[in-house]
Amino acid sequence: MTTTESDGPMTTESTAASKGGPATARSPRALAWQRRRHSAARFWKQYRTHHAGVFGLAALGLCALIALTAPLTVGSDVQSVTDAPGDPMESPSTEFPLGTDQFGRNLLGLVVWGARVSLLVGLLAAVLSVAIGALIGITAGHFKGWYATVMMRITDWFLVMPTLVLAIALATVMSRSLGTIILAIGVTTWPTTARLVRAQTLAVESRPYIERAKALGGGHWHIMTRHVLPNVMPLVLAQTTLIISSAILAEATLAFLGLGDPTVVSWGGLLQDAREAGAVSAGKWWYLVPPGVAIAVVALAFTLCGRAVESVLNPKLGVAR
Amino acid sequence: MTAEATPSLVEATDGPAQAGPSVRGPRARTRTAYLRYVAGKLGGAAVSLLAVLVTSFFLFRLIPGDPVKYMTGGRQVSAEQLANYRKEFGLDLPMWEQFTDYCGKALTGDLGTSYQFRAPVIDKITEALPNTLLLTGTAFVLYTALGIFIGTRSAWRNGGLSDRVNTGLALTLYSIPSFWLGLLLIIVFSVGMGPIPGLFPTGGMESGGNEGFAYVMDVAHHLILPVVTLVAVEYGQTLLVTRSALLDEMGSDYLTTARAKGLRDDLVRRRHAVPNALLPTVTLIFINLGRTVAGVILVETVFSWPGLGGLFYQALSVPDLPLVQGLFFVFAAAVIVMNTLADLIYPLLDPRVGR
Repeated sequence: MTTTESDGPMTTESTAASKGGPATARSPRALAWQRRRHSAARFWKQYRTHHAGVFGLAALGLCALIALTAPLTVGSDVQSVTDAPGDPMESPSTEFPLGTDQFGRNLLGLVVWGARVSLLVGLLAAVLSVAIGALIGITAGHFKGWYATVMMRITDWFLVMPTLVLAIALATVMSRSLGTIILAIGVTTWPTTARLVRAQTLAVESRPYIERAKALGGGHWHIMTRHVLPNVMPLVLAQTTLIISSAILAEATLAFLGLGDPTVVSWGGLLQDAREAGAVSAGKWWYLVPPGVAIAVVALAFTLCGRAVESVLNPKLGVAR
Repeated sequence: MTAEATPSLVEATDGPAQAGPSVRGPRARTRTAYLRYVAGKLGGAAVSLLAVLVTSFFLFRLIPGDPVKYMTGGRQVSAEQLANYRKEFGLDLPMWEQFTDYCGKALTGDLGTSYQFRAPVIDKITEALPNTLLLTGTAFVLYTALGIFIGTRSAWRNGGLSDRVNTGLALTLYSIPSFWLGLLLIIVFSVGMGPIPGLFPTGGMESGGNEGFAYVMDVAHHLILPVVTLVAVEYGQTLLVTRSALLDEMGSDYLTTARAKGLRDDLVRRRHAVPNALLPTVTLIFINLGRTVAGVILVETVFSWPGLGGLFYQALSVPDLPLVQGLFFVFAAAVIVMNTLADLIYPLLDPRVGR
C-alpha cells in the first residue's frame, strides 16, 4: 500500500546494516515496521490479482462512503414517521426513486440510512465474535492441559448448536436493542474462529524460535502477544471479513423476525415492515427489492474480500475456493 | 464453514490399519478400535444433549417478567386465576425443583405443556415434524445432488467460463437472505406480476378437501416454492466444498498414473477423482442435514408451512416458553445427532481415518 519510491532505498540500507554487523543505524522497532510495510505491500500486490476481491473491496468502499455521508445526503429526519413527505406506499416516481413505505417515507433515503445500522452491527458483531474466538483459540493453544480441554469442549459444544436458533433465543431473552443483536451474533459465531486460531497457534508454538524465546525468559504474555498473535493475525483478518458477511445476514434475519431494535431503521427491519404492511400480497415488489439487494450486495462484497484474503494467505486453496 | 465439516477424527488414528503379521490380528484390533471410537463419540453426543437440555431450561428463564403474563395475553385476570395458572404450569415451585422436574420429565419424552395451545409440547412437535422433514428432505436431496454435480464439473474445468459463472452464482445466492428470496418468489409466482399469473399458492401445505392422488399433487404444488428457495440458498455451500475437495485431489499422482495408462478423462474423473474427493463432502452433507432442519425457520415462516420452524416463530411471538424450550432442544438435537452420524460413518468410508 505504501509507495515503492520510499521503500526502495530503505531495503538496501537495512540489508547493508544487517550484513555489516550489529544494526546500529536503525532501531529494532523501525526495522520491524519496515518489514511489516513490505509484507503489506506484497500482500496488496497479490490481492490485486484477485479480480473478485478487488470488486468486493470497491463495492465495500462505496457502501461505506454512502453510509458515512448519509447524514449529509439524506439526514436523520428521513426516519421520522410524523412528517413523512409522501403518501403511503407510493410507486417509484421522479420524486421518490424507490417509492415510499407505509408511512409515506422516502424509501431511497431509508435504504441509505439503513446501511449505517447494518454495517455497524455487522462490523461490531464480527469484531466481537473474532475477538472471543482469537482469545480462546490462542489461550487454548498456548496453555495445554485441563484449561485447553475445557475450552475446546465448550467450543465444540457451541459448534454443534444451531447458530441461528441460539441467536434467536438470546435475542428473545434480552431487551430489544442493537447491543443485544451484536451480542447475540457475536456470542454464537465465534467457535469456528477459535478452532482455526488454536490450530494455527499450535503450529506456531512448535517452531524453534518459540523455544528460543522461552529460553531467553519470555513469559506467557510475551509469547502470546509478541510471537503467536502476529502470526495468527492474517488468519484472524480473513476470518473477520467472512464473519461480517454472515453477521449482516444474521442481523437482517433477526430484524425480520421482529427481534431487532424497533427504533432504528435497518435493512432487515425494512423487509419486516414491508411484509407487515402487506406489500407481498399487494404485489408491491419495489418495496421489497431495494433492502434485499442492499443486504445481498454487502454480504457478497465481504465474502469476496474474505475469500481473496484467504487465498492470498493460503495459495493452496486455489483462486476461488 | 469448512472448518465445521472436519470432525475430530485425528484422536482415533492410533491403530495402524495395515500393519501386523497375523491375518486375524489387525482386523480384530481394527474392530475394537472402531468400537472404542464409536463409544467415545456416542458418549460425547450424550453429554452434548444433556448440556443442551440444561441450557434450554435456564436460557429461557432469563426472560424478564412474569411468564404467567404471557399466558393471559394482556387480559384482566384476578390474582386467584394467576395463582391457578402458576400451579397448573408448576411455576409456583422453587427454581431447582422446577429444574429437576423438567429434566426428569424430559427424559421420559415429556417436554411440558404449551402456554398458547394448552397441549403437550411433544404433541405439537410430533405433529409438525413430518411436515418439516418433507420440506427439508426434498430440498436436501435436491441441493446436495445439484451442489455435487455442479461442483465436480466446476473443479474439472477450473478457471473456465462455466466454472467462474457457477462459482459466482453460488456465492451470490449464498449471500441472499432466504426469507427475502422467498418473499420475491411469492410476489412473482404466487401473487402474479405483470404478464405472469399466480402459478403457485402463497403459503400453507394444502388447499384442503383433496384426497388420495389429488392430495399428493396438491401438497407437491405447495412444496415447489419453499423447496426452490431452500435449494437456491443452500446448494452453494455444497458446491464450493465439493469443488475445493476435488481441486485438492486433482494434483494427486494417482490421477496422472490413471491418465498415463490411457484412461479417458471422463473415466479418470468419475472412477478415480470424484469418489476420493467426496469423502470430506460426506461430513458436510450430514452436518447440512442437521442445519437445514434448524435453518428452515425463516422459509417456513415466509411460506406459512406448518412445520417446526413455523411453530418456533409462533412460539416466539408470545413467547410460549415451554414450546420455545422444547423446539430449541429438538433443533440442537437434530444437529448433534447428524454430527455424530457423520463422525461414525466417516471412518467406515475412509480406511485411513479412525482405525
